[in-house]
Amino acid sequence: MKRISTLVVAGALLGVAGAFAQTTSPLVPPFGKDAVVISAYFETGFDIPFKLAQEFSKQYPNVKWDIKQDQFTNLINETPRLLSGSNPPDLMRLPTMVSFAKQGLLKNLDGYADSLGWSQWPVPQLVQNRVAADGTRGSGSLYAMGLNYSLTGVFYNKKLAAQIGMTQPPKTFAEFEAVLAKAKAAKLVPIMQWGSAKSGMGLAFPLQALMASVGSTQPINDWIFNKKGATIDTPDNLKAAQHLESWIKNGYFPSDINAIEYTDAAARFGKGEGVFTFNGDWQNPGYDAALPGNVGFFVMPPEKAGGSPAAMSAPLTYGIAAKAKNADAAAFFLTWVASDPVARQINVDVGGSNPGGPATASTPKVKAGSVTNDTLAAGVVVGKAGTAMDFIANSTSAIFAQGWTPELQKLVGGKQTAAGLLKAVQAEYLRELAQ
Amino acid sequence: MTEDRRPSRARVEIRIGWAFVLPALILYAAFVLLPFAMSVFYSATRWDGIGAMTWVGLKNYATVFEVPALFESIVNAFKLLVFFSVVPVGLGLVVASVMHRVAPGRLGAVARTVLFLPQIIPLVAAGIIWGWILALPGMVNQILGWMGLGGFTRAWLGDFDWALPAVGMIGIWVLLGFCAVLLTTAMAKIDPALFESARIDGSGWFREFFSITVPLLKQEIGVCLTVTMIAALAAFDIVYVSTAGGPGNATAVPGIQIYILAFTEQRIGPASALAVLLMLLVVLVILPIQRWTRERAR
Repeated sequence: MKRISTLVVAGALLGVAGAFAQTTSPLVPPFGKDAVVISAYFETGFDIPFKLAQEFSKQYPNVKWDIKQDQFTNLINETPRLLSGSNPPDLMRLPTMVSFAKQGLLKNLDGYADSLGWSQWPVPQLVQNRVAADGTRGSGSLYAMGLNYSLTGVFYNKKLAAQIGMTQPPKTFAEFEAVLAKAKAAKLVPIMQWGSAKSGMGLAFPLQALMASVGSTQPINDWIFNKKGATIDTPDNLKAAQHLESWIKNGYFPSDINAIEYTDAAARFGKGEGVFTFNGDWQNPGYDAALPGNVGFFVMPPEKAGGSPAAMSAPLTYGIAAKAKNADAAAFFLTWVASDPVARQINVDVGGSNPGGPATASTPKVKAGSVTNDTLAAGVVVGKAGTAMDFIANSTSAIFAQGWTPELQKLVGGKQTAAGLLKAVQAEYLRELAQ
Repeated sequence: MTEDRRPSRARVEIRIGWAFVLPALILYAAFVLLPFAMSVFYSATRWDGIGAMTWVGLKNYATVFEVPALFESIVNAFKLLVFFSVVPVGLGLVVASVMHRVAPGRLGAVARTVLFLPQIIPLVAAGIIWGWILALPGMVNQILGWMGLGGFTRAWLGDFDWALPAVGMIGIWVLLGFCAVLLTTAMAKIDPALFESARIDGSGWFREFFSITVPLLKQEIGVCLTVTMIAALAAFDIVYVSTAGGPGNATAVPGIQIYILAFTEQRIGPASALAVLLMLLVVLVILPIQRWTRERAR
C-alpha cells in the first residue's frame, strides 16, 4: 500500500495520475485524465474536508470541486431536499442517515466496499454506517463512509489537575469521582460543559460515558441502532443517570450550564475554567492552541479496575447521493482519504481524529505535547476492546432536540429526576419510531 | 342612448378594476392562499416531505394536544403576549404621551430615533447580542453586582423561571419603539385645541391621557395591538437565536416546534397541524380587536 501511495504522489507531481490505468490497485482514479467536477456539500466550521479536497486536487489536477457548505443544524434540515433534488451532491456530510437510506436517497456502497477494499479494513469502521432493510443500523448494506473516526472522552487541564494531586489519569470510576470532589473542594470548576438548547445539551457526553462505565456498550448501541425492543431505561443506565444527577447536585458543572453554548464551553476551558471537560478529539486543535502542552485526555475509566474503558466513537459520516453523477470519483476520494499518507497526515493535523483506513496504512506524525497523542493512543485501546459506541443523540433524528436536550436541562434545573429522564427520553424515542 | 351606455361603462369599469387587482391577486393566491390551502391539506396527512402521503384525517391535531411539549408551546405563546403586546402598547402610550407633552421639539426627535433604533437592527443580531448581555458573565449581571445585588445574578436565558421573561424583555425592547413612534405620530394629529382647553379646565396629565389621548387613538392602538400580538404568537427568530426553546422547553413557542417537526423530524403532518392551529389562534385573538376598533371609530 505504501508503494502505491508513493507512486500516486509521484504521479500527481508529474501530472500524469492517469498513467496507472493498467494496475488493479484501488488507488487508480476512475476518472483517469478526464476533467471531473465533484460537487460536494460540507459542514461549515470544520476545515478537514476542505483541506482534503484541496490536497486531492493537488494530486489529481484534473479534479475540480464545487463545494457548498452549511451549518450542521441546517444540514439536518436541508439534506433530504438536496439528496432528492435534480442535481444532488456527489459527496455530502450526512448529519443522520437511516431515513435517507430507507427513502432510497443514498447510494448503496456495498459495491465500492468490495472493489475498493473497504471491506478488508478493520471491522468497527464500517459497522455504524450499515443500514438493514428494516431500518436498523449496525448491519446490512453500507450507505456512508467515515472521513475519520472521532473519539470522545475526558479532557483535562494538566496544571489544574496537578494542583489537586492528579498526575495520572484515574484508573477506576471511583478514583475519578474522588478527583472531582477534590476539584470542588479546591473551589475549581470540576467539569466545564455546555448545555444550551442552541448547541444541544452537552451533558449527553458525560451521561453516555457514565452509562458505558457502569454497564456494557451493547444495549446502548442496540438502542441507538433502533434494534427491536431496545430501551434506554435500563437499571444500569438509571445508575449512570443517578451519578450524573449527583454530579449536578454536588455543583461539579458551572451553574449557568443551561445557557452555555458549545463554543463558550470550549473557550472557557481553554482559558483555564474547568479541570475536566467531556468532548471529542475534533476539538484537539482548539485545545492545543489555547493550552499548548497542557491538555491531557483519557477515556472514561471503567467501574472496576481492569475493566475495559468504553467510548463514544463515531465516523465523520459522508455519503454519496443515489443519483450522484460522479459517484465513482467520490468513492475514490473516500478511499484516498483513508489511504494516502498526505491525506492521513492532514486528517490528524487538521481534524485531530483517527483517519481509520486499511490496517497497513501509514501512521501520521503528531507533534510532541499535543493532546492528539493521547486521543490516538486511547483510540487504539478502545478499538482493541471493541467498546466503541455511537452517540445516544443519534438514535432518531430529533431525539437530541426533543428528548435529551430538554430533559437533561430539566435535570439541571431540578425539574426532572434521573429515573424520569430515562422514561421521558424512551417515550420520545418510541413516539418518533412510531411515525 | 345614455341609458344604454351606462351598464356597458360599468362593465368596462369592472373589467378595468379586475385588471388592476389581478396581478396582486395572482401573487397573493400563489404565495399566500395556495400555501395556506396546502398546509391545511398536509395537516391531514402523514408525510415525510419526500415519500408517499397517507391520509390520517384529524389525527395530527390530536397529536398537538396529546404531546405535552407541543401544547405547552401554545401556552408559552400566550405568556409571551404579555411581554410582546400588552407591555409595549401600554408603555408605548405612556412614552408617546409624555414625549408629546414634555418634548415636542428636537429632544423628542432624538428620543423617537433612539426608541425606534431596535426596529432597524436585524432581529437575529439583536438576539445574539442580548444572549451575551443576559449571560452569567454578561452586562446585566455585572450591573447587578455593582449595585450590590450579586445574589440575584443568574444565567437569565438558562433559568427555568426567568428565561421566558428574559426573552420577553428582548421583545419589549424591539416592539416598544414601534408602538411609541406610531402613537406619537398619531398624537400629533389630535387637535391641540382639545389639550389646551383641557389644561385651561385644570386637568393634569392623567386626565388628559385617559380622556383625550386614549379615546382618540383607538385606531392606532388597534394597529399596535394587532401587529404586536401577531409578533408574539408567531414569534420565532428572537426565541430561536436567544434560547432555541430551552431550558427544557420553557421558552419553546409554536414557531420553534413547527420548525423542529417539519425540518428535523421530517413530520410535515403534525407541523402543518400546529401551523394551522396557530393561524386560527391568531385570527381568534385579532378579530375582537379589529371589531373593537371599528365599532368605536364609527
